[in-house]
Amino acid sequence: MNRTVLDLWVGLFVIAGIGALLFLALKVGSMSTVKAGSSYDVVARFDNIGGLKPRAPVKSAGVVVGRVADIRFDNETYEAAVTLRIDKRYAFPKDSSAAIMTSGLLGEQYIGLEAGGDEHKLEDKDRITLTQSAVVLENLIGQFIYGKAQEGAPQ
Amino acid sequence: MPRRWIEGLGRRTIEGVWRIGFAARFFGVMLLHSGTAFQRLGLTIREMYFSGVLSLTIILVSGLFVGMVLGLQGYDTLQRFGSESALGTLVALSLVRELGPVLAGLMFASRAGSAITAEIGLMKATEQLSAMEMMAVDPIARVVAPRFWAGVISMPLLAALFSAMGILGGYLVGVRLIGVDEGTFWSQMQGSVDFTQDILNGVVKSVVFGVAITTIALFEGYDAPPTAEGVSGATTRTVVTSSLVVLALDFVLTAFMFRGTN
Repeated sequence: MNRTVLDLWVGLFVIAGIGALLFLALKVGSMSTVKAGSSYDVVARFDNIGGLKPRAPVKSAGVVVGRVADIRFDNETYEAAVTLRIDKRYAFPKDSSAAIMTSGLLGEQYIGLEAGGDEHKLEDKDRITLTQSAVVLENLIGQFIYGKAQEGAPQ
Repeated sequence: MPRRWIEGLGRRTIEGVWRIGFAARFFGVMLLHSGTAFQRLGLTIREMYFSGVLSLTIILVSGLFVGMVLGLQGYDTLQRFGSESALGTLVALSLVRELGPVLAGLMFASRAGSAITAEIGLMKATEQLSAMEMMAVDPIARVVAPRFWAGVISMPLLAALFSAMGILGGYLVGVRLIGVDEGTFWSQMQGSVDFTQDILNGVVKSVVFGVAITTIALFEGYDAPPTAEGVSGATTRTVVTSSLVVLALDFVLTAFMFRGTN
């Protein structure tokens, strides 16, 4: 086969391959991994995180503003320390509160950020003090049954 | 009787170890001579035409059909749970993470790997390799290294094309034929496929498979007994061994890449 024809085919092949990779990167995947430098980390402590997992979204008013970067157990306070990586474009007041929510009845868990009223903004390595733990279904049912039993008990 | 049996076992073990050692040395020498593959880029491009461009038909067609089947089967299963909206996620994640690299690897092994083995085995049988050595041309640098790098470069491109075609197939069946909402299909997909986690790991997998398949194919060809039977046996071994190696490596890589993430 002629050398130039061969070169042409291989060139087309490489272009098609790179095009496929670009298609995967742009159309299929989201380049959503927030890059270091364009985000800041804040730590929130929870009594119980339920089924929260790393990379779960952090939402405020329903909009994704960041992701859960890290979850670890604090052996001194016996709490879960959750690191939230929030996009630099979104600044939150210092007294914002974080709650673990569930999308739908059995959907994935995410962190809901509720903005507070402080004039100072959260910065890198800050802590969110106002937190609300995940609702554990078993506890909820247990409380409900306990309450019902109390109601029905003879006075 | 048991003595002869034990002797046979010992001989086979020694031969196996010797072959592994020979393959490792072959791999090392091939890497050492890789410079020529890039100095004389024409050789590598020529081999990319034979192992990459000529594999395109089978890769594109099988990718499209795998994606279409995934769309049909995935829809059938997902709609039982009322979550047809996750079809895009299912198709994209299974293709990008697993099926793309693995199936493209298997296709590549049977389409290009067998051809490489047969070609080199025949070159050896007709003493072309010895003739090169007589002319002070190193056959590893002139014949083997360009084929190796051509395979290593082609494999991730083929795997990406396979995944892209598969997603297109899933889209055709899921959205066009069955009628899953187009916006949900793409946005659910984009929401759950991560670039570094899923796509780059898939590319890494396909590069590893490319290295494994071409090395096995080249070694089997280079090591083939110089007879018609020898070459045919080596070609068969290439396809069997490299398919098994691809599947085993895939398990190991998956265990490393996706353990602990959801």
